[in-house]
Amino acid sequence: MRYRATLGLAAALVAASGIAFANDSVLKNTANPNNWATQLGNYAGQRHSTLDQINTGNVGNLQVKWTFSTGVLRGHEGGPLVVGQYLYVHTPFPNNVYKLDLAEKGKIVWQYEPRQELSVIPVMCCDTVNRGVAVASGKVFLAQADNTLVALDDATGKVLWTVKNADASKGATLTAAPVVVKDKVLVGVSGGEFGVRGHLTAYNINDGKMVWRAYSTGPDAEVLLDPSKTLMMGKPIGEKDLGITTWPGDTWKIGGGTTWGWYTYDPELDLVYYGVGNPSTWNPVQRVVDNDRAKSDNKWSMTIFARNPDTGMAKWVYQKTPFDEWDFDGVNENILADIPIAGKTRKVMVNFDRNGFGYTLDRVTGELLVAQKYDPQVNWATHVDMATGRPQVVDKYSTFHNGQDVNSTGICPAALGSKDQQPASYNPDTGLFYVPTNHICMDYEPFKVAYSAGQPYVGATLSMFPAPNSHGGMGNFIAWDASTGKIVWSKPEPFAVWSGALTTKGGLAFYGTLEGYLVAVNAKDGKELYRFKTPSGIIGNVNTFEYGGKQFVAVLSGVGGWAGIGLAAGLTKDTDGLGAVGAHKALGQYTRLGGVMTVFGLPD
Amino acid sequence: MEMPTRSAARAAACVVAVLALTASGLVLADQPKAPNDPTQPIDPWDNPYAMVDGKIDFGTYNGFRRYHASCHVCHGPAGLGSSFAPNLLDPIRERLDYQAFQETVINGRQVEGATGDRVMPPFGLDPNVVEYVPDIWGYLKARADGVLDRGRPDHLAKGALKGRE
Ligand code: HEC
Repeated sequence: MRYRATLGLAAALVAASGIAFANDSVLKNTANPNNWATQLGNYAGQRHSTLDQINTGNVGNLQVKWTFSTGVLRGHEGGPLVVGQYLYVHTPFPNNVYKLDLAEKGKIVWQYEPRQELSVIPVMCCDTVNRGVAVASGKVFLAQADNTLVALDDATGKVLWTVKNADASKGATLTAAPVVVKDKVLVGVSGGEFGVRGHLTAYNINDGKMVWRAYSTGPDAEVLLDPSKTLMMGKPIGEKDLGITTWPGDTWKIGGGTTWGWYTYDPELDLVYYGVGNPSTWNPVQRVVDNDRAKSDNKWSMTIFARNPDTGMAKWVYQKTPFDEWDFDGVNENILADIPIAGKTRKVMVNFDRNGFGYTLDRVTGELLVAQKYDPQVNWATHVDMATGRPQVVDKYSTFHNGQDVNSTGICPAALGSKDQQPASYNPDTGLFYVPTNHICMDYEPFKVAYSAGQPYVGATLSMFPAPNSHGGMGNFIAWDASTGKIVWSKPEPFAVWSGALTTKGGLAFYGTLEGYLVAVNAKDGKELYRFKTPSGIIGNVNTFEYGGKQFVAVLSGVGGWAGIGLAAGLTKDTDGLGAVGAHKALGQYTRLGGVMTVFGLPD
Repeated sequence: MEMPTRSAARAAACVVAVLALTASGLVLADQPKAPNDPTQPIDPWDNPYAMVDGKIDFGTYNGFRRYHASCHVCHGPAGLGSSFAPNLLDPIRERLDYQAFQETVINGRQVEGATGDRVMPPFGLDPNVVEYVPDIWGYLKARADGVLDRGRPDHLAKGALKGRE
């Protein structure tokens, strides 16, 4: 048990150095509104800026100020970071990083261009995306596709240290942006479609030594939870090793539960929050214990964890989709906010899960406060039982109930989820959440699949189509009241909204579209105020910053990811009962591959 | 919202598909269509698929499932291509025979390019693919020939026809 030894050593190191607070540099950088210093804007993941030079009155005059081609034509997720005079931009595989000087309209200060084995490309299910870098303590952290976590010197771009986080020959890769908390950098892992056993790992930022690793499945000692202390629905979990007993045999070892989403942090509570993904395979019949779904939660897949960043120990857990039957990959971000619940301000976290429910939880204890559908089409469950926290699954849409080799039809949402990884925004001025969503349903047929290390381990055939009996489009941009669990307004889009949202003090909400438009709307009512077509579809996140007294908005274009796969040829299926589906045009008719950052500003 | 089987509707859809393909000039005259003969054994070389009353043989249906489990993430739905990997129906119409198809699937392929490297993984060690290469070929061939539309095909029972199933 090499990993236990590491854990012990690391604990000793932490105790010796006595580090209690910060990362100071991240707190300082994110407190300055001129910066966009972390992928989600701040530790709370709010993607909100207090800049207001660009506002509802003048956003209509927005124009392109400068552009930067990344030189890579793949799906561009994440977005540029800005700290002071410098902008950091990353690319999909091969994961180049450029530091640009804003004082010289984006002149390249340094570049990092890693050489990686090409064999890693095919294990990056769907596309070779990367969600960006982290800047902290004079270093730039990059999680490369080939599982190398690298720390670069911020001044020179030189490699300070590297560490291997997982094994690509088993199907593991890295796509998520690392997050720096105190003296640790947190890294997840991708590869749920290859039977990778997921984990979140903390490395020391100074030397890359592993401090702790928390697995998503398996014994409590490796999941880093204490059943007598870790809370679930307000009470200690009680039962031991549910990460083993809720799986048939030792399937937990290839059980997925990867951690490729976003991580948020509450410095006051000193807790890190993240979501665990779907169990492997997609065929639920291969994950059932005694043919009884009640015994088969497949813990801790699909679970929100709140962990202590120093030790990794779990303070509380909440499993959103026990025994997944639809690939509702539970990795979406947990946005921290203080909002009124029944008249009292509570410290909450809000999660828009792939499964179509918007959850509001007390982030101190994990108590479930609100769970409502954020797309009215969601049909696989009637509701979430607030006493048990469990979704009430509808038999007709249960791919387990209907069985292996049976095509379960008309399930909403599709495996893409009502929302995928594209992060939402919280606007403290309106008290609302702004959510990029998908409006797509599916047929799902599970079948038996054999596990072979490093090979896809999927076991289901899916076909997807726009939500029936609706506006015919495949996306909506919505404003959500997380106190009550209600949609405040919803703006339809022809394609899934696959870009991260931004809100600003200027009364605006921004998002990108798959055709490539940057869109600005009034945060109050969703009325569109600006639209500009960038060179390629947008699956990156919209960010804003101020330099030289001027506010800018920046976004990466470059269509791809799951969206590019499913939509390039257009979605369709048997058209009966689906209205205008046949009229749907393929995304390929609107946009092509690209890799460009566009920076917008007001006329001089 | 059950989806009833509709061979008539499907047959009509096939006709439309064939017409559309012909109109866009994608069906090449020199590439013969598969015999589609239910009286003969299903075989990747001589008779890769067969359709009876709008229902495809079970092996080819399995090819549809295997394709959408192992290939769809890169090659897009129904062989149509995606932002990541090419359409497979055009090369099958134009030049790929079963031999070349099989070799590519088993051994994979790597192409280094200035704008992004293209990698087709080797499936030689993947039990979910290796055993079903003839099925996947049958499916893509039936798609390329315009015999199958997009979406989940209606199919005959397992063992209804002679041959590989
Ligand atoms: C990880 C992505 C990926 C997966 C999964 C994948 N392919 Fe490919 N495939 C590619 C790429 C990229 C190419 C193009 C390589 C090139 O440019 O020559 C390709 C090329 C091919 C070709 C050659 C086409 C031609 O024009 O000669 C065939 C045939 C093929 N793939 C079949 C399959 C089948 C069948 C499967 C599933 C068993 C599959 N592929 C799965 C990425 C993939």
